[in-house]
Amino acid sequence: MSNPDPRDELVDHLPAMRAFAMSLTRNSATADDMVQDTLVKAWTNIDKFEVGTNLRAWLFTILRNTYYSSRRKAKREVADVDGVFTESLSQKPDHDGRLQMADFRTAFAQLPDEQREALILVGASGFAYEEAANMCNVAVGTIKSRVNRGRAKLAELMHLNDDEAMELTDDATMAVVAARVNGALR
Amino acid sequence: MGQNDKRPRGGDTINANLKRVYDEALQEDIPDRFKDLLAQLKAQDSEKESGGETSK
Repeated sequence: MSNPDPRDELVDHLPAMRAFAMSLTRNSATADDMVQDTLVKAWTNIDKFEVGTNLRAWLFTILRNTYYSSRRKAKREVADVDGVFTESLSQKPDHDGRLQMADFRTAFAQLPDEQREALILVGASGFAYEEAANMCNVAVGTIKSRVNRGRAKLAELMHLNDDEAMELTDDATMAVVAARVNGALR
Repeated sequence: MGQNDKRPRGGDTINANLKRVYDEALQEDIPDRFKDLLAQLKAQDSEKESGGETSK
């Protein structure tokens, strides 16, 4: 069995690292700086990587730690978010995929970092809740609740709550939802 | 993964969008700076290895 140097595999993870960094920072220049820092840290600390474990998870962990420590330093200095906040949400659900995508991006960018992160790790990168929890150094339940809160917020921002109306029993809520649906539908 | 989640349509839309946003980012070309950086790191290491250990 050959023993490949994990450093040779770093390049294979670059697209995923950039995609994850983009979703965290919402800014391509900041994302690339983050990936660069992560690469240097990974390279120089490769002896701390346990061969046989998930390299991507290890890299993502470094990346997110880099992000959160720089965020702490920046003390919530408002990031330049590639203009996503300048667009406002469209008023109604739309069947046009592109418009819906734009809405999604806008809504997604508004979520707290921790919820965006959990959604990307679990919903898009295919990590298990347990893996995501390890990477974020929190309990599995915390990841689950971040995912759920993130989904709920996205649904609200994108006016996707309509089909949940069927599950609601409270009459007053039903009335409000019905009014919203009627107002929102073409 | 394995777990099949039966979510209402709103959830499906969110999943689909999440994947799309992520996949689009995945498909972007990798800027040369990263490959250059990796080459540089590699060169530094082989220099250290061949150029004699730091004497103690």
